[in-house]
Amino acid sequence: MPDQMIRTESLRKSFGDVHALKGVDLEVEPATVFGLLGPNGAGKTTTVRILTTLLAPDEGRAEVAGFDVVRDAEPLRHVIGLAGQSAAVDENLTGLENIEMVGRLYHLAAPEARRRAVEILGRFELSEAAHRTAKTYSGGMRRRLDLCASLVGRPTVLFLDEPTTGLDPRSRIEMWEIIRELQNEGTTILLTTQYLDEADRLADRIAVIDVGRVIAEGTPTELKMRVGGEVLAIRVVDRSRVGEAAGQVLGLGPGGGSVDNNTGEITVPVGDQGPAILTEAVRRLDRAGVALADIALRRPTLDDVFMALTGHAAEEGDQPKENGKRGRRRRRG
Amino acid sequence: MSATITAERTVDTERRLRYAIGDGWVLTKRNLITYVRKPDLLVFSTIQPVMFVLLFVYVFGGAMKLALPAGLPYVDFLMPGIFVQTAIFAATQTGVGLAEDLKKGLVDRFRSLPMARSAVLSGRTLADSAAIAFQVVLMLVVAVLVGFRLHAGLPKGLLALAGALSVGYAFTWMFALAGLSLKSVEAVQAASFTLIFPFVFASSAFVPADTFPHWLQSWSKVNPVSIWVDTFRDLTLGHLNPAGENLMTHLWQSTAWFLAILVIFVPLSVRLYRKT
Repeated sequence: MPDQMIRTESLRKSFGDVHALKGVDLEVEPATVFGLLGPNGAGKTTTVRILTTLLAPDEGRAEVAGFDVVRDAEPLRHVIGLAGQSAAVDENLTGLENIEMVGRLYHLAAPEARRRAVEILGRFELSEAAHRTAKTYSGGMRRRLDLCASLVGRPTVLFLDEPTTGLDPRSRIEMWEIIRELQNEGTTILLTTQYLDEADRLADRIAVIDVGRVIAEGTPTELKMRVGGEVLAIRVVDRSRVGEAAGQVLGLGPGGGSVDNNTGEITVPVGDQGPAILTEAVRRLDRAGVALADIALRRPTLDDVFMALTGHAAEEGDQPKENGKRGRRRRRG
Repeated sequence: MSATITAERTVDTERRLRYAIGDGWVLTKRNLITYVRKPDLLVFSTIQPVMFVLLFVYVFGGAMKLALPAGLPYVDFLMPGIFVQTAIFAATQTGVGLAEDLKKGLVDRFRSLPMARSAVLSGRTLADSAAIAFQVVLMLVVAVLVGFRLHAGLPKGLLALAGALSVGYAFTWMFALAGLSLKSVEAVQAASFTLIFPFVFASSAFVPADTFPHWLQSWSKVNPVSIWVDTFRDLTLGHLNPAGENLMTHLWQSTAWFLAILVIFVPLSVRLYRKT
């Protein structure tokens, strides 16, 4: 077994004038969950498509399970599984027929393909629906069926491209449990997500990707440390005075801070001087006569990390990109 | 040593061929199941040519009598054209089916599997050809009901039907290319009709081409649809054929066009599929 299950070296890919990947380096250890985190258009799907042999890189190289994704594409396809953003199942086939078909395409004998299909559908609680056509399935069921299809070949490396996008909260939690189980069985998993809490919960390591580059990489804890220990979060009663309040407190910490234009929340990284800065902030705001709705010290979320790294919030991927101008305004103190 | 390598290569080639056939068959079955589960697709694409037959025979038939040699019923003249038209129209489903699979991400799934690269296209074109065969045979039944007869005997008549099916098969590859390059069902449907129109209607399929203006006659003469339809008239009209039987030349030209389309569009489609 190679010591890195996935290894990429300065992967580049352009589509015409659009530079989707501008040199991506990744290393993923066996039996870990690796989170590729970033907004839409960051290059997550392009990376997954290259690693699953669907797309050839323009430059750089990538190995999965010891196979080069271009040179050894054929043997590589035997050991990977892919579950995509749009659940790729044939809606005119039943659940069982879908999975059997994929089994046959892995060149399993018919009885073995049937046996595995029944087993996998049972495991993901689709036995009852096995003889219904997939078009009658709910969104969550389709996604599970798609995942079943990606597991028929018993992959050593599993690629999940936004596995929970569009799922209701219950299905999302179910998917999380499944991903953890698969990891416990020794499967290496690369998942892409735009949800910070998802990466935080599932991933052993996270690479934050933005406009085709990895801008930070580490464990969730390491990434949160980057913001500088704790964060002071402040909300004022009168939203029109947010700017004034920010002016009073943004310079207090070692690392500037930011204002969320949507929620009006002011966040200030405080390092290890939380209590002192908190006291000073209260004093200044009181003197300025700004009434507080809420003030608290909290551990940073990956949201704060994303803000600190990119200068824009992470969850607005559907909007056209205007780097550094979206959602929150960032100020250096 | 080199003998071992050669032997391994032979085994490898054999295995590849087995996978190409096996995987192609798995996808053919999958596509046929869709035809069975979505019968409206087949029903509506069959109703249309039936309506064409009725329209041409009963609406235009009376007027057409004047343009045809005495003693040649219009329905007998018309049906070879309808067979070819039916086959070509039905072949558009290949483009639609591929565009749907691309949009739904199924093609991505297939391409990430260790299956034969050729199977998605071979399974698609084969299943669609089965649907074409069904429609052409149904058209024959309808034709006989409105008075169509095989004047040159059954074997030649069957050869004409097989010919129409081959034409449909060749066109599935043309539409495969359209489906893979356009990637949207609506675009494929619109493009298919534009692609079909000059072939099917500017030909001798529905009316004798000698009524066309001169420039159109020049196109109609080289138009493969005219050549196929004239060939199938040789095979169904017998002594009634106004052009006189020219079977060997027509068969040769028809086969050449059939092969030419395959030689051009199979490699183009396969290459595009690999790159998609």
